[in-house]
Amino acid sequence: MTRLFIPKDVGALALGADDVARAIQNLVTARGIDVDIVRTGSRGLFFLEPLIEVETAHGRIGYGPVGVSDVASLFDAQFLAGGAHGLRIGRPEEHPFLAGQTRLTFARCGVIDPLSLADYAAHGGWRGLKRALEIGPAAAIAEVSKSGLRGRGGAGFPTGIKWKTAADASADRKYVVCNADEGDSGTFADRMVMEGDPFMLVEGMAICGLAIGANKGFVYCRSEYPHAIATFTAALAMARDEGWLGGNIQGSGFSFDIELRKGAGSYVCGEETALLDSLEGKRGVVRAKPPLPAHKGLFGRPTIINNVLSFAAVPMILDRGGTFYADFGMGRSRGTMPIQIAGNVRYGGLYETAFGLTLGEIVDTIGGGTASGRPVRAVQCGGPLGAYFPRSLFDTPFDYEALAARDGLLGHGGIVVFDDTVDMARMARFAMEFCAVESCGKCTPCRIGSVRGMETIDRIIAGKDTHANIALVEDLCQTMKFGSLCALGGFVPYPVLSALHHFPEDFRSPAMSAAAQ
Amino acid sequence: MRENKGETPAFDEGRVQQIIAELAVMEGPLLPILHALNEEFGYISDEAVGLVASALNLTRAEVHGVMTFYHDFRRAPAGRHLLKICRAEACQSMGGAGIAERLLAGLATDWHGTTGDGQITVEPVYCLGLCACAPAAMLDEKPIGRLNLDKLDAALAEARGK
Repeated sequence: MTRLFIPKDVGALALGADDVARAIQNLVTARGIDVDIVRTGSRGLFFLEPLIEVETAHGRIGYGPVGVSDVASLFDAQFLAGGAHGLRIGRPEEHPFLAGQTRLTFARCGVIDPLSLADYAAHGGWRGLKRALEIGPAAAIAEVSKSGLRGRGGAGFPTGIKWKTAADASADRKYVVCNADEGDSGTFADRMVMEGDPFMLVEGMAICGLAIGANKGFVYCRSEYPHAIATFTAALAMARDEGWLGGNIQGSGFSFDIELRKGAGSYVCGEETALLDSLEGKRGVVRAKPPLPAHKGLFGRPTIINNVLSFAAVPMILDRGGTFYADFGMGRSRGTMPIQIAGNVRYGGLYETAFGLTLGEIVDTIGGGTASGRPVRAVQCGGPLGAYFPRSLFDTPFDYEALAARDGLLGHGGIVVFDDTVDMARMARFAMEFCAVESCGKCTPCRIGSVRGMETIDRIIAGKDTHANIALVEDLCQTMKFGSLCALGGFVPYPVLSALHHFPEDFRSPAMSAAAQ
Repeated sequence: MRENKGETPAFDEGRVQQIIAELAVMEGPLLPILHALNEEFGYISDEAVGLVASALNLTRAEVHGVMTFYHDFRRAPAGRHLLKICRAEACQSMGGAGIAERLLAGLATDWHGTTGDGQITVEPVYCLGLCACAPAAMLDEKPIGRLNLDKLDAALAEARGK
């Protein structure tokens, strides 16, 4: 029977994948064609979604972007045998956007049925956990340390050191918490893992539980991701049924289970200590550190809290060895990073590669410039708290240190592209507004500074006392940067100051600009 | 989602107690309970807050504080359908703000508001993870990418027809 792969990733659904799947189903039923339709995650080529693949003697052949109106012509072109058609892209892995990638974390995403344990096992699943069970906790942590893996949520803290700290702590119980509160605009990698390869996250968290001596894990997923929640909930039940979660996993004597918890629309709950408070049933208010969560985390117990992508990298590290993973990357940024290219960009999607590409390569070569066809003016790296970069800094390599050296941050690996119609004063104002809406309210620089910052930028936009108000914003940003308790208030100066410094012309009133000319 | 099940049921103390009893055994049960109440009734009433507080041995103020911290929990019923429009940067880069402005004007409502016929409540959202096909929105649980007014009108007309 011919197998046909249609993504059900929410990104593909947003572009009509369900309608296309229904049209295909109707047509094969009407014509009596024998086809097995498999719903997959996404390959991450969103400019080609819905991207449909057919299994042929020459491998899988892709067609995209497929609309409902293309379905009849695809059948007429014998696409089930890989026939020629205007939408045929050939073997997806030979498509330039995929061929240049190094897919370690996203090797299975878009390829397998996310809810098939057989598919997962056939594509290398569970090998990392099996090896961890063989070599034991200390050796497992040593592999993670050797890999050089750093927290993929944004802070970039070495994962091995964090795990060792929690493993060394003694307590009646410990917790593993996965931060799936992926709130940064321009990022969607966590979502793609949960929708496209959920057992990988289960496996990574189980390895962590084994390594630190925890038997209980929580995944805290934002409520804006109902599709990820549905897929991951189903995956948890299946893993439990097959003995990959629960008591005495695969007869090893190790017990571990995972509970999925839904956030409630708060951005600051992506900050790890606010997330822990939220899990405990409190307001998502940031805690002062120390104590570190690895010493005193969820319910006061030693807790490892890592991002989805950090846990997702772990099965591969255990399976292939830490050195294998560390061989990718540059400087202190080891391994691969799933870069998420988004916004006003021609070829938007997920691009997993070793650290070290420059911003220009990512935006111009891979992303193909803007979707609008106008010149690229700015890119924001690392979410709403990341800096805006102008074209003149497009030689900056995409790694933790290089971006930090230019007053930016890598964050969760998102890049949002803007064309030349963007008004950077408005973007700076939006950063302050967002901070005001989402501030947890605990510390004054963030709670009040963001509101005052918004008002002051409004005055600049209105052309009132521009020089004095710009100086005020600069000063306020220093206070927020050094006086805030967490990264929300502490990092909001990145977008504001980068907009101000790299695009000063947008902060001049029309009268001043006229005078300058 | 509640919005697709038709009318919002009236406050029912027995049902509230049942939801609380089912979930109170969890570790950190407050958010799951509030979510369940919000989904069941479409909002969380003051009576329900009191019942949750006494079941979890918290003050009403504590439960109120938690409930009002999170954008998802409603204190009054929403319209029959919930339309979330992304306001974040990636959607702005593709003209999302202008689309939202025109839509709100067309519906004669504002952010967080409900249309006069009680059908559509419009909420802002900061990122739906659909940033590579921006601008984006979600109507109940139906995602819409590369949003424009035509697509929105069609989706809203379909929802209203249900």
